[in-house]
This record gives sequence, C-alpha cells and structure tokens, in this order.
Amino acid sequence: MNLIRVLLLMFALCPFAAQAQDDPFAGLAGNYEAIRHAVEALAVSGNPNAAATVAALQAGTLFAAPDQSLWIRQGDTLTNARTGVTGTPEGDLRRVRVNNAVRRAIEEATGALTLFAPVPAKRIKAAADLFAQHDAAMLPMLERALAKETDPAVRGAIEQAYAAALLAAGVAPVTDRLAAIDVLRRRGDLDASNLLASLTNQPPQVAAAAARAVAAIARVQRLWALAQGVFYGLSLGSVLLLAAAGLAITFGVMGVINMAHGEMVMLGAYTTFLVQQAIGAYAPALAGAGVVLAVPAAFVVAGAVGIAVERLLIRFLYGRPLETLLATWGLSLALQQAVRSIFGASNRDVTSPGWMSGAAQWGGLTITFNRLYIIVFAALVVAALMAVLRFTPLGLRMRAVTQNRRMAAAMGIRTPWIDALTFGLGSGVAGMAGVALSQIDNVSPNLGQGYIIDSFMVVVFGGVGNLWGTLVSALTLGIVNKFLEPVAGAVLAKIFVLVLLILFIQRKPRGLFPLKGRAVEA
Amino acid sequence: MSRASLTLCLTMVLGGAALLALLNLVVPAGSALHVPTYTVSLFGKYLSYAMLAVAVDLVWGFAGILSLGHAAFFALGGYAMGMYLMRQIGTRGVYGNAILPDFMVFLNWKSLPWYWQGFDHPAFAIVMVLVVPGLLALVFGWLAFRSRVTGVYLSIITQALTYALLLAFFRNDMGFGGNNGLTDFKDMFGIPLHADATRDGLLVATAIFLALELLIARYVVTSRFGKVLIAVRDAESRTRFLGYRPEAYKLFVFVLSAVMAGVGGALYVPQVGIINPSEFSPANSIEAVIWVAVGGRGTLVGAVLGAVLVNLGKTFFTGALPELWLFALGAVFIMVTLVLPGGLLGLARRRAPRAVPAAPAPEPAE
Amino acid sequence: MASFPKWLRGAALGAAALAAVVLPGAARAEDTIKIGILHSLSGTMAISETTLKDVMLMLIDEQNKKGGLLGKKLEAVVVDPASNWPLFAEKARELLTVDKVAAVFGCWTSVSRKSVLPVFEELDGILFYPVQYEGEESSRNVFYTGAAPNQQAIPAVDYLMGEEGVKRWVLEGTDYVYPRTTNKILEAYLKSKGVAAGDIMINYTPFGFSDWQNEVAKIKKFGSEGKKTAVVSTINGDANVPFYKELGNQGIKATDIPVVAFSVGEEELAGIDTKPLVGHLAAWNYFESIDTPANKAFIKEWHDFTKKPTRTTNDPMEAHYIGFNMWVKAVEKAGTTQPDKVIDAMIGVAVPNLTGGYATMMPNHHITKPVYIGEVQGDGQFNVVWNTPGTVVAQEWSPYLPGSRDLIADWRKPLSCGNFNVKTGKCGGASK
Repeated sequence: MNLIRVLLLMFALCPFAAQAQDDPFAGLAGNYEAIRHAVEALAVSGNPNAAATVAALQAGTLFAAPDQSLWIRQGDTLTNARTGVTGTPEGDLRRVRVNNAVRRAIEEATGALTLFAPVPAKRIKAAADLFAQHDAAMLPMLERALAKETDPAVRGAIEQAYAAALLAAGVAPVTDRLAAIDVLRRRGDLDASNLLASLTNQPPQVAAAAARAVAAIARVQRLWALAQGVFYGLSLGSVLLLAAAGLAITFGVMGVINMAHGEMVMLGAYTTFLVQQAIGAYAPALAGAGVVLAVPAAFVVAGAVGIAVERLLIRFLYGRPLETLLATWGLSLALQQAVRSIFGASNRDVTSPGWMSGAAQWGGLTITFNRLYIIVFAALVVAALMAVLRFTPLGLRMRAVTQNRRMAAAMGIRTPWIDALTFGLGSGVAGMAGVALSQIDNVSPNLGQGYIIDSFMVVVFGGVGNLWGTLVSALTLGIVNKFLEPVAGAVLAKIFVLVLLILFIQRKPRGLFPLKGRAVEA
Repeated sequence: MSRASLTLCLTMVLGGAALLALLNLVVPAGSALHVPTYTVSLFGKYLSYAMLAVAVDLVWGFAGILSLGHAAFFALGGYAMGMYLMRQIGTRGVYGNAILPDFMVFLNWKSLPWYWQGFDHPAFAIVMVLVVPGLLALVFGWLAFRSRVTGVYLSIITQALTYALLLAFFRNDMGFGGNNGLTDFKDMFGIPLHADATRDGLLVATAIFLALELLIARYVVTSRFGKVLIAVRDAESRTRFLGYRPEAYKLFVFVLSAVMAGVGGALYVPQVGIINPSEFSPANSIEAVIWVAVGGRGTLVGAVLGAVLVNLGKTFFTGALPELWLFALGAVFIMVTLVLPGGLLGLARRRAPRAVPAAPAPEPAE
Repeated sequence: MASFPKWLRGAALGAAALAAVVLPGAARAEDTIKIGILHSLSGTMAISETTLKDVMLMLIDEQNKKGGLLGKKLEAVVVDPASNWPLFAEKARELLTVDKVAAVFGCWTSVSRKSVLPVFEELDGILFYPVQYEGEESSRNVFYTGAAPNQQAIPAVDYLMGEEGVKRWVLEGTDYVYPRTTNKILEAYLKSKGVAAGDIMINYTPFGFSDWQNEVAKIKKFGSEGKKTAVVSTINGDANVPFYKELGNQGIKATDIPVVAFSVGEEELAGIDTKPLVGHLAAWNYFESIDTPANKAFIKEWHDFTKKPTRTTNDPMEAHYIGFNMWVKAVEKAGTTQPDKVIDAMIGVAVPNLTGGYATMMPNHHITKPVYIGEVQGDGQFNVVWNTPGTVVAQEWSPYLPGSRDLIADWRKPLSCGNFNVKTGKCGGASK
C-alpha cells in the first residue's frame, strides 16, 4: 500500500513521471480484487481517459462487454473507456460493480489527487482525508500544497494534515513536533485526541505536551458533549412537540380524548409520500421542494379528515369524553386498516431532499440538518398556532367557545361550526407533524401508534389546555430523556422518564401550568 | 344492576362453562354435540378477560376512576402464575436444567435471581398473584388519590404505569424472559396442562372465580360503602365536604379491583399457554375499557357480556375476514358509542329514546 | 331510536357469531387438502408478514394449476393472528382442530413461534417457519426453513474480518431473544478469533426505537479510535429506517464503518432512500438480485400474481418456496398428508432453491443453505459481493454457547430427539 502511495505522490508532484503500465484497464472487467488494483494503476497511469473511467466506475455508469471491452454510458451513448471513442459493443453489457474495498481505493486515489483541485471545498476534503490517513509518505506533497495554498480555510486543513503526518512520521525535530501538537490541540476533536494519545516513543518533552493536549481536548469535549446532549434533547423535544401540538388543541382545548390523533399524523406522512410521487411524475424539477409543498397539503388533508370526523362522529359525543375515547379508538383501527389496504403494509419510501441530508460540524457539535430543520419547523408551527389562536377572528371565536359556550352562542357565534374548525385545526397540525416525522421515521400504517402515548404524556405533563405548557413539557421531556440515555441506556431512560412523570403528576396533579379559575373544577 | 340480570349472568357463566366442559369431556368426538377442546380454551380465555372487565367496571363504573392501565395488574397476576408454571417445568426444558428456566440458561445466568425464589411452591405463587398487583395498586393509588389526581390526569398516569412496565418487562436483563415471555408450560399442581380434562377444569374454575368476583363486586357496590363510592364518582368535592375521605374509598376499591384483575391474569396464563410483555401494552388496557363500554358501564354484568362478545367477534372476524376485521371491529366500537350510549345493557334497560345530548360543555375531559 | 326489535337483531347477530365459533367447519367440504397460513395481517408485524401470506397463496395457486396434490386441490386457510402472541396460539389451535389443515406455514417473530410450539406438539401438526432465527430449538413438529445463526451471522463476520480487515466490532441489536442469542454467539466467536473484549461493544435498544442520535454518536466515537470498525446489526423491523437515516445524516459511510444487517432485506429497503446507504451490507441466503433462471421465473410469477411489477422478493419468501416444495414432495413420497408420515418423509427431501443450488432437509429439521453477502445499491437492491462455495448445514444448537455445546438434534429413528446430549448420551438437555 505504501508503495502505491509513494507512486501516487510522484504522480501528483510530476504528472509525467509515472509511466503507463501495460494495460491498467484490464482489471476492470475482473473481480473486485482486480478492479481495486486497476483503480490504483489507473490513478498513476497518466492515461488521459483514466479520470473519466474512475469517475464512471464510481457513478455506476461503467459497463463491460463480453469481449472485455469497457464502455461508459452517458444517456444513450456509449463511449469506449480505453479509447474515448463512441461506438456500439457486441453482446450484453454488464455493469462493473464495486464493493467497499474498491470504493475506498477510489476515494484514496481521488483524495490525494484533489489536493490541487481548483475548488477550495475539494481541497479541504482532500486535506481531511489525508489527515485521517496521517501517512508520513504524504509529507512532501503536503509541504508543496502548503507552499502554494492561499485560501486560509484550506491552509488550516492542510496544516492539520501536515501536523498529523509529521507526528506519525516520528523523525522531525522536537520543536516541530511541539508545534504540531499545538496544531492538533487547537483542532480539538476526537480524531486529534486519539492521534495524540496513540503517540509512542516520544521524547519526554513531547510526550508531556501530548498528554497535556489530550487532557485539554478532553475538557473541551466534555463541554461540547453537554451542548450536543442539549441539541439531541431539543431535537427529540421538537418531535414530541410536533406530535403533541395538534393534540393540545383537540384534547387540551376541546377535551376530546382523541385516540385517532396518531392516525392524523400518519395521514400527513402518507400525504408527503403522495406529494413526492406526484412531483416525481409531473414536475421532477421541484423534487427538492417536495417536503415544503407537502406541508400545506398535509395540513389540508388531515384537517379535512378532522372536520369530517368531527361532523360525522365527535359532535354526537360532546359531554361524554370517555365515549369519544371508545369511538376514536375504533376510528383509529379503521384508519390504520384503510391505509394498509390502500398503500400496502410495508413502509413507503419518502426521500429526504438534498438540503435536509447531512450534517454540519460546528466545533465538537454535530448538527444534523434534518433534525435542525425539524426544530425550526416545530418552532414555526407552534408560533403559527399561537398566532392563530391569539390574533385571528377564528382564534378569538375558538377561545370564546371553549371559555363560555352559551355566551359565545348568544353573541352570534356558530358554535358547531367553530367546533368543527377547531378539531380540523388540531388535526391539520397533526398532519403537518406527519410531514416532519416522515423524514426521520417509518412511513407505515403503524406510524401514529408510536407517538400517541407520548403525545398524551406531553399534553398532560404540560397542563391540559395550555399550549405554552405543551411546549415546555415537550422540550423538558426530550432533554431529560437524552441526558439519561447515555447513563442508563435507552430503555431504562424511558422508564425513568415515565416514573418521573408519574411522580410529578402526584406533586402537581394538573401538570406544569394548570389552568386557573372555574374550568378547573369541572 | 338488577338482581335478575345478575342471577341470569351467573347462571349463564356457571352453567355455560359446565355445559361446555361436559360436552367436551363426555360426548364422544364424532357426535354433533361434541364441543372441541379449542372452544373450551377459547371460552376459558374469554372468561378470564371478563374478570379483567369486571375489575375495570368496578373502578370505572362505580368510582369514576378510568384506569387505562388495568391490564398491568392482569399481566402481573399472569406473570406470578407464569413463574410458578415455569418452575414446574423442571428438567423437561430443552436444556434440562432443573432450576433455571430455558431463557436463563442461554443467557448464561448462573443462579436464580432472588425474585424467582419461592415460586416453585404453589401456595407462595398464589399469594403472589394476589399480593403483587395489590401492592402496586396500593402504592400507586395511595400516591395518586392522596394528591387528588383525577380525570384524564389519572387515566394518563395509569397508562404511563403500564407503559413503563411494558418497557421494563421487555428488557431481557430483568429476568422475565424478555419479549418471549414465559411459555412451554407442562403442568400445574401436578396435573398435565395439555389434557382435555385440565382445560375443562380450568374453564369451570375461571367461571367460578368470575362468579365470585361478580358477587363480591355486587356486595361492595350495593353496600353502604358502595353508596359513598357512587357519591364520590358523581360529586367528589361535595362528598369530601360532607366529611367523607374519598381517597380512602377510592384506594380500597382500586386495590380490590387490581387483585381481581390479577386473579383473572393468573387464570388466563395456563389457558393460553404464554405470558409476554405485550400484555402490558396500553392498547390492551384500552380494549378492556372498551369491553366495559360495549356491555354497559356501571353494570358489572355488562362487563362480562362486553368482554365475551367483543372477543367472540374478534375470534370470528380474524378467521372469517382476515383482511377486513379491523374495519368491522372499528365500526362496532363507533356504532356502539353512537347508537348505544349505555352499552348493550343500557339499551335493554332504557326503552325510551333519549335526545342527543346538547352541545359540549367546555370542561377538560371528565 | 333504540327499539326492542333492534336489540333482538343484535342478539341474533351475536348468536350467529357464537354458532360460527362453536360449530365451525361443520358445513365445509372435505375433498380438498387444507393448508393453514398463520401470518399477521394487522398490527406491528403486518409490515413483514403480509408478503409471506401472499407468496403462500401464489405457491398454492400454482400447485393447483399443476393439478393439485394426491389428486386433490389445495385450499388455503388464511387467518389473522394480528401480531398478538396469545392469538397466535389460539389461531394455531383453530387451524389444527377446526379447519384440520395438513400443514401450517407461518410465524415470523420468535415469540410467535414459541407461543404456537406447544400447540403443534400437543396436536401433532406441522409448522414451516421461514425466518432466520436464534437457533437453540428443534421440535419434531417444526421445520425451520430460515437460517440458523451459523448460516447467516458467522459467515458475515468472517467476511468483514477477511475482506474488510475489521478489528473492532459494534454488536447493535433490538432487545429480544434473536439479537441476544446471536450476539452471544458472535461474541464468543470473535473472542475465539483473538478479538479483545475492549474491541467489542454490545448495545441493545427497545422495539420500534426511533431516536438514534445518541446511539449513532456512540458508534461514531467507538469507531474513531484508529482500528477499522464495523457494526453488526440485529436491529429489528421498524427501528431500521430511523437508524439508517441517522447514519446517513451523521455522515457515517460504508467505507468508514460498514454496517452488516441480518434483518434488513429488499422489503425493508423499499421504505428507505438507499443512496446514502450504498455499500452497507446484509447477509442472507437469498437476494432478489441473484441472477439464476429459477429466480427470474419466480420473480416474474410473483409480479404476475400480485399484479405489481415493482414488488420485491426477499429471503423469507424463498424459505416458504423451499418449504412448500419440500412438503409437496414429502406428501407425494408418503402418499398421504397425515402429519406423522409426512414428518418422517421430510428428512432427506431435497428441492432446488432459487439461487441455483439444492436445499436438503436435514435430520435436525433445518435445511442446508448457501450464504450470500450483499452490498446495498442505490436502487434498493443488493449486489452480491461474496458467497459460500457450497451450502452450509445449520447448527441448531450453537457450539459457542455453554448451555448447548453438547446438544444435537436428530429426528431419525431410533434417536428421534431434538436435544440429545452427546456427553451424557441422553435425550433431554444438558443435565446429568
């Protein structure tokens, strides 16, 4: 392996030095082992078609014909990989497949080469790859890159890679090593700490500096871990909040024990799936916006179902809350089975758009984008819900009806209609929660079942009828859960949270923020 | 609840069970009157569910405590019985270990955990069937009723309770067999479980215990104590102002009900042959409430009727309409609430049509 | 609105239902051979089991087109045990005593199998169990057509050790008996290969676990300590989608920390966007992408039967295919569907599998299987990167567990024992 790296290095330093082997392409039609060697050979071959061939291999557009000739497919045209000439091969083409070993070889080959790529982001990526390899053989190339580099961000990355390689080499003067340790200490992440901790046979001065750096990094990491825990907690809390927000309206405000709430969430998730399918079929250009478009769609679908349910079922059951439990339980069974009959029992594939995938590294913090967006989305939904209740005529009427139905009716408010709209609003919010959940969980008929109990817990913990309470309670439960998890394990953490919840309700029988006044004694 | 309906119910339960057992045991298999063993154990199961339903009705119908976690007591009773049955397997397990149940052998446990000690004695196991659910209900009820947790808050924390137990029993490290639970029982009190006569005996025993439960429950609710209980249900604050202590009344009936549910669970386990954490799932508790609602809340007899009918329907539909039965079941629940507000018994009692209730009151539920 | 006649009508309905339960099957014809299908069509397991019900219907349909069996038509009896374990036992009893089925194909989870096992043993029925499982069992009445741990887990670990040079292991599983047992076996196996205890991390999460942030971060940390790390996943069903989504988002690529899964097949991948997962692995005895004439024909037939050209096939489906064909062959050999005779005739029956080889029913009631390691592709299929040269015989009692080291199963006469102790020479477990 090291020999190949040196060869690569030579290639990078002086592209014309490497000589083409007899036929670097030959292995590509063979087994994985042969393909891997071929990739390594291609990287140093200097063949003008090598880069395109490796790229095609990575993208899965490289095919082999029965006569061992290799073809790159681009749309409908086939190009001979060896010659770069278009043509039509004889016989059935077979896709050249790669496995993890080949993928690594491709990454290593391209990683070393892109250190001189024109795009800074690619250079940073290459430097990061080289940091992970921390191979002494790379030192000359890194030095050269450092000398050429002007972009400060890329420079920093290359400096770190250089420091890592230098320490790994173990032959540099003590002052250089101390400087390198300093660079790694400033980098301050686990990789740096592991590298420093793995140093052996160092002069006492260097070893002491490394130990100090490891301790320093550990201190900083503990703080970051705390912040990371808060993020995880917020993220779980925002999921709980989304799931519970709709219930805070239907159950909290209207007093309907809505066991079909989870199914409204599920309908929202399936709406997302349908919107995505429709966009895929009619407007592929909008694919990235599918999730955004699904939000209003899910609100409308779940809201409409909610209004229908209220008109056809729930309105007959007001004043008998426990019978709504029974009826909505039956409804949830029927809705689950309906979705199962229509969409099938298996999971549906809702793809995450590119802008929601991946993560950002911020110091020692890993912020996954989908979680971040869900936190933001939850905040927006709750803010919008509060605004609707507070500032719109509909919200005014809703509050009037829940506070004093007869008086509201006497003022000319059509209370049955307001009931329907309120239930529709709660269901619609649940549908929007389904859009968010489709990004992190299974889209299956059982989706709602997994959240219904937690949702009730959140609403009750926060205090029935209080949206602020729901907000605080969801975030509290999320954070407590996530901080208990590393200590107690996932299952025990959940059990502890439940027990704490039970004990808390004993202390404050009406939740965190009890409603005050007459409604309480009802 | 009228005396007549109770008598009818007791006759049907005891007579029906005896008849089924007799037809199974005495009539030869070829005869048209023969009842297959399958039916016997099926009804045995229904009647143990009915015991749970009566327990739920006792607290919900007469004390206004809507417990959405009553299946936890049922399951705890079941586990106590299951642990006894497990110890009875002895060397007949697949690994042939005389002391440790199979699941402990393959998890490399070296000795029996302390909480499994004593379960090889039937008397101890029977005491545990009563004590474990009762104790849990006592502690939980004391905490909850003392601090006046009522209504939905109480319902939700009972749900939290059963959910926490569900998660706990799922853990293999707890030593209750994890998700697989306890199964592969061989015999009970020295009698082989798989014999027809044993099943018939279990059915009759369940019927007798159910009858006893009904009589005790009826005695409780028709006594002076029961009058206060109903007063607590209908107007707790007013009862308190009259000088009663509602929490004591509620606690007593809650513990009694939990013990009854536990006995139901203990009879359930040998008849279905398995006890597993899914018995703790909140859905099971909700279903038990639904049986009561279908039969008629606050009637005791209705609970039996509801439990048997709903489960009969479930058995029938899962076989006859495997793809559609959830629609059927869901529709039954919706129709019962819309058309039969008092449950089946309420319908039989109230001939006069009732107006659709006026618009909702703005209170939070219950 | 509530009138007495309506109540009567309700009572009549109830009586009808009662009659249907008490006196079932009285009017059913007896000129067909009945086959029970015991797979959950609702509840949490419907997601996996519904497909198996469909494939059984297809196989029975096809056999009928070929003229049935022993001159009679086959008739499927489908019931829904609704992912409810006691209901599994009840439905098994119903199938065997009321419908009098000749064989039952069913169950997915271990607990459902454990729940019905006493019923099949008591009533002397036949159960075909199509899912990979933890082993440690061999019943006279059950034929295990899924993989035992040595037919799936151990070859996968061998592959990672050899081909990927993995030195550090995360054994991540859902907390139930299959992962527990598999991980125990793997832990003992890895230690026997010289892996230090500090290089193995075992972790369990509950069913349906959906918030993987902490767990994935933990894996990332464990894998960042210099040695090549892999995750061996026995995560069950529903929890997989959020797990893989979190892996993708936290940027764990297959080239850094590959995940090899034993419970993730084509069906599960159908619910995930697989592009971020390319290169993660699964170990099975069958993949839809395996290119053989038998498999192509099977897939075509499946698409025609379900009228859905996109429906995937998976490993447990192949297990049912093999099991059903074995049963047909054994019935023909025995000349009757009587369970005792069929059980004896089953041992030694060999039928072609879908991957170009043969599956043989061994005396331990498990079948021989080839092992394939596949890498996830961007299109939701697997690309086979490695396979065993021949088929592997199941070790129903693992030699890596102290409790079962000395046990073997052999249902041939005169031994006829599912847990024969070779040390003590007695049937019936490890005791002295």
